[in-house]
Amino acid sequence: MPTPTQVDPRGLRVSATLTAVVLALVLVLPRDAATVLLTVQVAVFAVSVVVGLAYSPYAQFFARVVRPRIGAPEHTEDARPPRFAQVVGLIFTAGGLLALGLGATLVGYLLVAFALVAALLNASIGLCLGCEMYLTFRRIAAPRPA
Amino acid sequence: MIGIVVLVVALLVTVLAAVVISSRNGRFTPVPAAPQSSASEPSERLTAETIGAPLGELATLVQFSSAFCTPCRATRALLTDIAGRTDGVEMVEIDAESHLDLVRELGIMRTPTVLVLDVDGVVTTRASGQPQRAQVMSAISAASAGRPTI
Repeated sequence: MPTPTQVDPRGLRVSATLTAVVLALVLVLPRDAATVLLTVQVAVFAVSVVVGLAYSPYAQFFARVVRPRIGAPEHTEDARPPRFAQVVGLIFTAGGLLALGLGATLVGYLLVAFALVAALLNASIGLCLGCEMYLTFRRIAAPRPA
Repeated sequence: MIGIVVLVVALLVTVLAAVVISSRNGRFTPVPAAPQSSASEPSERLTAETIGAPLGELATLVQFSSAFCTPCRATRALLTDIAGRTDGVEMVEIDAESHLDLVRELGIMRTPTVLVLDVDGVVTTRASGQPQRAQVMSAISAASAGRPTI
């Protein structure tokens, strides 16, 4: 079985921090600016999910600007959990964008807030919410032995 | 205006969650014995056969891991190091997804979850999240307490 793709965990934390800043701004900026910014964030998630983690603008920023200054990582991580987290982030932010577009402002802001909390927890204590839910999901979803 | 309120609430929720989760990580809590444990089996006891490895004379560290689990790597490295340095302490890692029956029986909700077994395989304490070395050493002492060394 091939080794899963590995990523630099520091790059993930930088991306989570940038995401958190963007989403916080979405909540406080006037509607038009917020919508533009949220669209940008949805696009960033979409690039990560569809093209690959390394191609997201945040990851590119880390690779070109940050990493040359801090050197190689001590260890790398499996890329699958963060990719799963990006999918969850995409769903929440795209949902928020849709809600805002339909005039459901509070719903839109709440969806953005969920994504913000997840990004903040990831950036601050390295917690991956999607990863925490994974085992619980498997416990429920897997068939019991006869 | 609504957005600012939502932001403030989100920040408060984040701080609260971060504090609670950080304090829970790696904290070993005792596993209570079964209520009817007068002469019968303690509630949770694992055999060498169940975990697929021999039990340690002092303690056995059982780590449940899963694929989507970044802290599992660091936890495994720490437990392997401790087991290697400490006589009588064995370490075994169990993949949660391929042992879902055991996961359900033991009530494993997160990975990593570390169970500390005494010499008889009784689960003395358990912790979820990545533990610190000192926390693991304390748990080992607690598991081996009362056992006279030969």
